[in-house]
Parts: sequence; C-alpha cells; structure tokens
Amino acid sequence: MTMTENRQNSVIGTRQLRREDPALLTGEAKFTNDLNLPGALHLSILRSPHAHAKIVSIDTAAAKASPGVVAVYTGAELQSQWAGPMPCAWPVTPDMKNPPHFPLAASKVCYVGDGVVAVLATSESASRDALDLIDVEYKVLKAVVDVEEALSDANIIHEDLGTNKSYTWNLKIEATEGCVEDAFQKAAFKVSERYVQQRLLPMAMEPRAVAAVPQPFGGDITLYSSTQIPHILKVMAALTLGIPEHQVRVVAPSVGGGFGSKLDVYAEELLCMALARKHSLPVRWVEERSENSMATIHGRGQVQYVELAADKSGKLTAVRVRIKADMGAYLQLVTPGVPILGAFLYAGVYDIPLAYDFSCDGIFTTLTPTDAYRGAGRPEATYAIESAMDALARAMKIDPLELRKRNFIQKEQFPYTAFSGLTYDSGDHLQAAEKAAGLADYAGIRAQQAKQNVPGAKKRLGIGMSSYFEMCGLAPSRVLASLNYGAGGWEAATVRVLPTCKVQVVTGTSPHGQGHETSWAMIASEKLGIPQEDIDVLHSDTAISPLGLDTYGSRSLPVGGVAIAGACDKVIDKARLIAAHQLECSADDLEFAGGVFSVKGSPDRAVPMAAIAFAAFTAHNLPDGLEPNLEAQYTYDPPNFSWPFGTHMCVLEVDTETGQIEILKYVAVDDCGVQINPLIVEGQVHGGVIQGLAQALFEEAVYDTDGNLKTTTLAEYLVPAASDVPSITTAHTVTPSPTNQLGVKGIGEAGTIGAASTVINAVVDALSGIGVTSMPMPASPQTVWRAIQSAAQAK
Amino acid sequence: MIPAAFDYKRASSAAEAISLVGQYGDEAKFLAGGHSLIPLMKLRLAQPAMLIDIGRIKDLSYIKDGGDFIAIGALTRHMDVEKSALVLKEVPLLAHAAGYVGDAQVRHRGTIGGSLAHADSASDLPATTLALGATYVAQGPKGERLIAAADFYKGFLESALQPDEMLTEIRVPKMNGAKWGFEKFNRRAQDWAIVGVAAWRSKDASGVALVNMGSTPILATSVSAALKSGASVADAAQLAAAEAEPQDDLNASSEYRVHLAKVLVRRALEKASA
Amino acid sequence: MRHDEPRHDIRAQGESESYIMVHIKVSITVNGTQQEKDVEPRTLLVHFLRDQLQLTGTNIGCDTSSCGACTIHLDGEAVKSCTVLAAQADGGTVTTIEGLSKDGVMHPMQQAFMENHGLQCGYCTPGMVMASIGLLNENPNPTEEEVRLGLEGNLCRCTGYHNIVKSVLAAAKK
Repeated sequence: MTMTENRQNSVIGTRQLRREDPALLTGEAKFTNDLNLPGALHLSILRSPHAHAKIVSIDTAAAKASPGVVAVYTGAELQSQWAGPMPCAWPVTPDMKNPPHFPLAASKVCYVGDGVVAVLATSESASRDALDLIDVEYKVLKAVVDVEEALSDANIIHEDLGTNKSYTWNLKIEATEGCVEDAFQKAAFKVSERYVQQRLLPMAMEPRAVAAVPQPFGGDITLYSSTQIPHILKVMAALTLGIPEHQVRVVAPSVGGGFGSKLDVYAEELLCMALARKHSLPVRWVEERSENSMATIHGRGQVQYVELAADKSGKLTAVRVRIKADMGAYLQLVTPGVPILGAFLYAGVYDIPLAYDFSCDGIFTTLTPTDAYRGAGRPEATYAIESAMDALARAMKIDPLELRKRNFIQKEQFPYTAFSGLTYDSGDHLQAAEKAAGLADYAGIRAQQAKQNVPGAKKRLGIGMSSYFEMCGLAPSRVLASLNYGAGGWEAATVRVLPTCKVQVVTGTSPHGQGHETSWAMIASEKLGIPQEDIDVLHSDTAISPLGLDTYGSRSLPVGGVAIAGACDKVIDKARLIAAHQLECSADDLEFAGGVFSVKGSPDRAVPMAAIAFAAFTAHNLPDGLEPNLEAQYTYDPPNFSWPFGTHMCVLEVDTETGQIEILKYVAVDDCGVQINPLIVEGQVHGGVIQGLAQALFEEAVYDTDGNLKTTTLAEYLVPAASDVPSITTAHTVTPSPTNQLGVKGIGEAGTIGAASTVINAVVDALSGIGVTSMPMPASPQTVWRAIQSAAQAK
Repeated sequence: MIPAAFDYKRASSAAEAISLVGQYGDEAKFLAGGHSLIPLMKLRLAQPAMLIDIGRIKDLSYIKDGGDFIAIGALTRHMDVEKSALVLKEVPLLAHAAGYVGDAQVRHRGTIGGSLAHADSASDLPATTLALGATYVAQGPKGERLIAAADFYKGFLESALQPDEMLTEIRVPKMNGAKWGFEKFNRRAQDWAIVGVAAWRSKDASGVALVNMGSTPILATSVSAALKSGASVADAAQLAAAEAEPQDDLNASSEYRVHLAKVLVRRALEKASA
Repeated sequence: MRHDEPRHDIRAQGESESYIMVHIKVSITVNGTQQEKDVEPRTLLVHFLRDQLQLTGTNIGCDTSSCGACTIHLDGEAVKSCTVLAAQADGGTVTTIEGLSKDGVMHPMQQAFMENHGLQCGYCTPGMVMASIGLLNENPNPTEEEVRLGLEGNLCRCTGYHNIVKSVLAAAKK
C-alpha cells in the first residue's frame, strides 16, 4: 500500500502541531552562539574595505598588544594550515575557471568583506576592539561591479585566469539543426526581453555562528556551526584542512534559518577549526549583521535575455535564453551551478517543441560571492518565462491567462517528457490556474479594472499571475553526474525500534525551521503504526547521523522523507519474519496494520510491534540466522526530480502620484503532491511568498561604482516587517508524484519561485494602460514613479 | 555590535549633568533614552569616551499645561507623548507624529528631548515641533535660555545647543482646534521617512514642515505664505520644496523627493482643510 | 548603581595584569530574581542577559535596532535589549522569554504561536512573542492591521508573518 491511497485514520495529511516549538518558544533551544564553552577564544576578522586591492603591508603589533588578545594572524601566516583551497563542488564545465580561494586573503582582496586578518582573544569585545588597531596598507585597484562590463576583460580580477569569465554552459536542443532560428524567423509573434535579477541578501535571522572544540590529545575535533549541511561540511572541512574525515564531527545545533545561505563551506568554519587545533582551545565566532551582509553569500545576480517565438494563436514555438550570471569574486560551494538549476525551466509549464537554446556565462566581479538562495536558479527562470509570457500577451493583445491556457502542458500529457529529456512526473496546470483565478476573482478584477483604470486615475488596479514548475527533490545521482555535480543526491535514514517499542528515526536531512522532526515522526508513525509521541527524530550531528546530504533545494521530504518510509519498510519486513516465527506461519500469510501483524483471515492470531521489538532485543527466540534488534538503514536515490507546480495571483493598486504599491490580495495555489502536514505546507508557502514579494518590491543589495555595499544593515536592506506585507490566501491542488511511495514533491521553495513574477506582472498590468511595459526589481515607489514618468514622456 | 569602551556617569539632576559634561568636555555625550546614540555606538560610528546618563533625571519627564502652550519635559518618552490626553487634546499633531517614531519598542525608550537634540532631519519630531512653532528650553552652566525651533537646527546632526547645554523642556503652542495633517512616506513602517510632512492650518495661519528634505528639518514658509495670500491648497503645495535642499540617497533622488514633498504637502493640507 | 557609589576596578578573568577595565555594579531583577553583577559600562542589556546570566533565549539578529529579536520587557514594556545599556536598566525589572512560562505551562501567547504555527526556525520568536505580549498589554483587542503595525519593529524571515498575526489575534481572544 502506498501513502497516496486514501486510508482512514491516517496521520498523513493532518495538521499536527510542531514538536519543535516548545523549546523554541521558551528560549530552551540552543543556537550555536548559545552554547556555553568555557575557555573558548573568540575570533574576530578584519575585512577588506576595498572591492579590489593588493595588500601592501599589514601591521598587527598594536592589536597583538591589546588587552585580552591571544594571537593575530594574517592570511600569509595561516597559508600553511590549508591542505587545499576552499571547495567548489560544482565544476559545471570541464574548462570552468576557478581561482584558488582561501579563508583569509594572502596578497590580494577581491571584494569588500574579504577576510584579511584573524584575531583571537579571550572575549568577544577584546577581539573586536583589536580589529580597530590593525593597520593594513592597500594598493587599490579598479573595482569590477557590472557583470556585463566584466566580460570585456578590461580589468581582470584573477590575473592567472586571464579572463573574468568562469564558464559558458550551453543547452541547445533542436529537433533539426537551426530550428530555433527558423522558429524565430517564422514566428507570428515574438518578444525579446531583458530582465535583471538583482543581488539579494539572504538575511536568515540568525547570523552565522561557529564554534570549534578540539580534543588536543585525542586528535578529534567537533565543529558546531549554524549550517544547513553538517554532512557535506564534514567532508569538505576534512579535505580542506587535511584532517582525517573520521576525526571530524560536525553538529548543527538549532539553526535560525538558512534559505541557501548556510549551504556552504565558509572561511570562518575553517578558521575556527584550524585555530582551535593550533591553540588546543575551543575557538568561536559569531557574525555581526553588517558582517553577514558582506561575508555570507548573496543570492540571484543575473542579467537575463529571453526571447519567445509564437505562432499566430500564441502557441510557443521556440525559447532562446542568454544569461550573464554574477559569480562574485570566487566560486563558493555551488555558485556556478545556481543558474544551471534554472536552465531547464525557461519553458516554464508550457508544451514547447524541441526548439530551446539556453546559454549562460558565469562571470567574476569584485563583489561578495553569490550562491544558492531560496529557489536557486528556478525563481530566476520562472520570473523570466512568466514575465515574458505577459509581454507576449501584451504583444498579441490577448489576456495573459488565456495565453497561458493555450500553452499549458495538459493534464493528460503527464508523465511528460520535456524538450530537455527530463520527465515531468505529474501535473494539472489548468486546474491550478483556474482555482487561483476563482480565488482572486480574476474576471471581477478585470471588470473593475476597466472601470477604474481611466486616464488620470490616481489609483490604478492590476492583477498579475505566474504559473510555475519547480524542479526539486535534488536529485537523481546519475543526473547530477551528468551535470558535473561533485556529489550524489541520495538521502539516508535509519529507523530503530527500541526494546520498549519507542522509535528513533535518524535522518540525514538537517532542518533549520522546516519542522522535519514533526513531519518525519508522522511518516514513521504512519508506516509503523506506532504513535507519534513514541517516535524521536535525530538529526544534524554527524556522530548520530553519519550519512546524509542535508537540507536544500526542497529535497528533504521527496528524498529524505521517502528514505524514512523506505527504512520503515525494511524494519517491517524484518519484524514480519519475527512475527511469522512467533505465530508459526509463513511471512506471506501475515498482514500488517495499525502496528499489529495478524494472520490473514484469523485476526485473533496476532502479534503487536511491541512484542516483536522486545523479542528482537532479547534475541531469545529469533528465526535461525536473523540478527537481533529491530533496526534498518535505507538510502534512497530518487529516480527523478519531483515537479511541484502551481499558480499565484496578485491584485494590487498603484498610486500613480507617488509610485507606492498596495497589495489588495495575494492568492497562492500550490500543488506539492501529497501533503504530510498541511500546517507546515502553508507556513512554507507564506514565508516563500513574502520572500519572493520582497524581491519584487523591497530588497536589493546595492553597490556603488567602487564596489562598496551600501545596504549592509537591516536598516538599509529592506527585509519587510508584518506592517509592510499582506496576508496570503493559500489553496492547494493535490496531484501525487508517481515516482515515490509517499507521492510527495516538496514545498520549501515554491512560494518564492512563484511570487516575484506574480507581483511584477501585476504592477505592469496596472500601468500598461499608461504605457509602462516593464518594471525593474525592486519596484520601489521611486522606480515605479520613474517608469510612469518616462512612459508619459514617451507618449 | 559591541560599542567601543567608554566611561559612564549617571546624573541625578540637570545641573549635575551640565557640571559633569563641563568636567569631561568634548569627550562626553549625554545619554537619554539612547535610541539615537547607542545604534551609532554599536557600529562604532560614534565613540564617546564618557557617557553621562541623564535618563534618570526624574523631574524632566512630564507633560504640563503652560497656558498658551504645552510644556513637555525633555525626557518624556515618545510613548508618553503619543498617549497623553493633554497632548492629544491640545497638540494632536504632535501626539500623532510621536506615534510614528521608530517602532513600539523604540517609543518605549526614546525621548522627545533626545530626538530633538540629535537634530536628525530624517526624524519626525524635529519637523513636527518646527511646524508647530515650538520653543525649546536649554539649560547650561549659566542657566536657561529659550531657543525657537526655527533657530535650533543648524546643519546635519547639528543644533544650536552648546556642548555643555542640554534640552530640558519643549514648549509647544496649543493648536486651539486647528486642523492638521501628517504624512510619513516610507517603504517600511519602521523606517525613517523618505519624505514626511507635518502641517496644520487655522483660519488665518498655517505651519508646514518637512522631514528629510535637507540637512535640517525644513519649514515650508512659502507654502504658508501662499495660503495666507489666498492660494489654493493645490497651488500652495507646488511650493513645498521652495526652502528644501534634499539629498539623493538609496531610497530617493532629490528630484523624487521634491515631487513627493509637493504631493504629500497637498495631502496633508487637504486633511488640515477638511 | 548610584553615580556616587564607589567605582571599582576588577581584573577580567584570565587577563594580563595590565588589562584593568572599569566595571560598574548593576542590580537588575530578571525573571523574578535580583541579579547583582559587575559589568563594563558598554555592556548592552542583551549581552548582560546572554553572557552573564546565560539567558540565551534572547537573540541578537542585527546591529541597528531593526530586527527586534532581542525584545524583552523592561519594567513591563517591550524594549530592544540591544539598545539599552545594562547600566541603564540598573534597578529595573526585566522579563525574558525564559520567564514567561509558569509551572511548566507556556504563556497564552507562546501557546498561540504553537497552535497557529507562528514560528519556523524560531530565532525571531522570543522577541516576537515578547513584542506581541507588549502589544496586547497596550491594546488588548487589536485589529489585524493594528497587529501588523504593532509588530513593525520585529523581522521574521521564515513565516511571512501570516501565522504570526494569526497567533497574536488568537491570543487576544484567549
């Protein structure tokens, strides 16, 4: 039986309150910087104030003499600590250029925030004070801020590479050679758009924090870090530091949000480990917010050129995309792969022929490195296709919803083999769109618009939509291999039934707000017929959960959750053998339901899981050759990505005098397949939508022409508050994924993927009647006002 | 996040505070609620060697009826100004504006005197008290002196206060039923205004002041003059930026600020004329 | 501390002989217990709570008084403990997130956050809960708009605020 079937008394699909909450609500939960580590030294890092400069000299004498300071190190002085440079796990092309990147810059800084000097002191205030006493002389070089200008190679950042271009990655799929160009030649309608995905600061509310605790005489070291990826970090830290992997333990305590920004191997993690070993003392570091904005990866940062060709009915006939992707100064863990994660999605949810031409240049700038940020490549792709679809609808003078309906992949076409060769597992885009249109009162808004948006209207009404596909459940290991990714995409789980029939579920996922403990217990409870409260979920400590590939890319449920179900199956299979032995029947004659094995047709001949668990523990009377104990480990490598989808709609008013936008309604219809816990699903959508909306309206990492970040604090970088955003109407359709036994798809990124284009499409829709045809992000009041002004002048 | 080290003294009276600041000179700063100063210190943009905590001076937190004016002790918190029945009745524009300062937590700690003495043109209360024609009472080693709000703001974060003077009282003329409007335009509620307008209007007079339209709060005298000479609100509002010298920043160009000022002055005056 | 009290210099543990810092004595009642401690004048209330009292439930999320993660109650009102010196709180009464539950039962606001999924990663949560309690103390029956505006000084990156607002409205009805 799979969980996609309807079953009575199922815990799957019920709104279970989160078991994580009491500790978080009472202050009992410990984040990394809450850990009490007697005797720990505090690390502070002096960072480059220049985007691009040679280090001429460093004078640390005064800092060394400062009260409480234990040691001061320059990058050159620590160079011998590293067995290799910091890792990039995704060389997307064989000839990708990747400059060596070390935790501290030794001779040259390449972005504002690049680490230059490390100070160790007995207190946080002492190490911070000492930073002010360090004198660094720089020879300032020209900053390279604009990603397209960087391509000219007028100023080369990494001299040894000879170019600012890291790679070009192509995906050209044609039924016959030249058919893309042909389609554009013959197109009845075509659009050619340029979009800018501004740089974003992930701004997890918990800044990063690290503590490395050595065992000087045992040779082991434990790294506590506010990370999404304790398992990957363990391997990478061991390699970078040249420590045997089995002597490294990584623990992610409570982690205060990540959104991709903690999916990385960071300089501070390696510095704490190296210095803890060197000094034989715990070393800790906590990031200040204004440090976080420069030293933690940024998101997005792409210039997109998108062209669509369509026949006279509006049916898409070809898609051509050129991306200039801003890598920043260095390649972090998956920096080059982020645009590639979107490469397959520029045809969106539409049925297109084999006429797809995608190319991406990865380009270095003298800015903070970019990397995965909620959605990673897929919000960018969705934004581009969904904005371009609106542009096409305007060009054709037809309703954008109608244009989408003409192009949707139809429900009957699933599983659908796409132009890319990837198979979309299941979907019903029309249903999602119609549901959203109903909730948003699409027809009513259009009618109201006709009345309201008269010439001279002070408040113009707009409605925008976005239908998205998300490629998630990262990922089939063989597909990752074909993309040159440096690891697999499986996930591991162990399910252990203890002698008293309490259960430990050990997962390789590493939650940081997603509620895995609650959801994973629900899955195990459903499978094993054991009450949730008797199940504990262990995670985020490589000593407890040695195997795992962590949490990112909406992968935890469709890979990690399915792994738990698989491990439960193995436990049940073993328990079945013990039950058959006890009941003296064939294992095939047993059925398992509600935690009890019974002989088919003779319900009184039954044995509960509790009895089996205890028997497995005592091992007094087990079938011949059967190992004692009831435990199974299972690793699940998904056969396919999962493909959540949905339609979002936004209704808003634009104040044409000031450019201010007021959102009247936001509707999100998402389909993530089977929902384990709808309460958590809705929460993921709410948060994702507001993050996407924030990209559309509020947020931007602003740099000046010298490469100085102007938005270093939360006073300048506009993460919206409750007062600044609307409530959200959520609804769902449920189209189970046929590729996994739970029927699940993942929901962590969906909201963000749908939201930005939905909001911007609504803004343009409100203003298209007065000549506005595009809107840069973020659509700040000034940006909107300027667009209105220039449209008026163009008339 | 960690301020540079400093020394700390607590004053129990204005006289003692002034004597202390005289003793320590330029190195010393007054600390009232701290909600302008401490954020700068955490970023080490301000590094005073000595803080003189005046926050406990009890007799400087009050709201009294002074006859023609309402007298507000300099250490009165924003929340107390916002909620004061007397202020709500006699100077409702000020009560309203006080409710827009920062956020609730800030209004629980920040003080009116601290905000005015910080002399930030982006803050709401300097412009609001300027529009209302307030007078500030400053106490120094030689005693008290009165400074008209119109004479107080000298430049960016620069006031007419001498280093050894502190604000002790703000006297705000009663509005006598004059109608008013307050417009705070920003991208997030907690932020400083991109442009703000405090305006009131009676039969024969008006006061309009602008937030964040120059290095000091700006009294829009041309608007009031135009109204006095019979101009319509819409026409008068066109003069909103006549006295302003707005800067470009991350949120707005000076051009956009000038435009916003005109729109917002019109809206504020429409409310004040309703 | 009273300003006329004798100041004393103490040597921080493990410091060199030459490292003499000025400390002042503060007495703050925290979650019902009076705490007398020596602090540096620059010690922020949030550092006092976290580092000296090990009350690590109060979090630090920014350095500009923007995010509200450090919100506690000082003398019954919500304040940002990153923008108050421990010295300023001398003689005051502080309640932190750790002081809300009574006899192992969570405060109604904590319960409302749990019941309405008003938290995800939980980092902003202590500050959000303290601000929300402060909000209801001042306005026991707020509208949705009043809740949203009342929480303008608290940032959350996970929830999109939808369920936080719902939690506060639910708590108001309790």
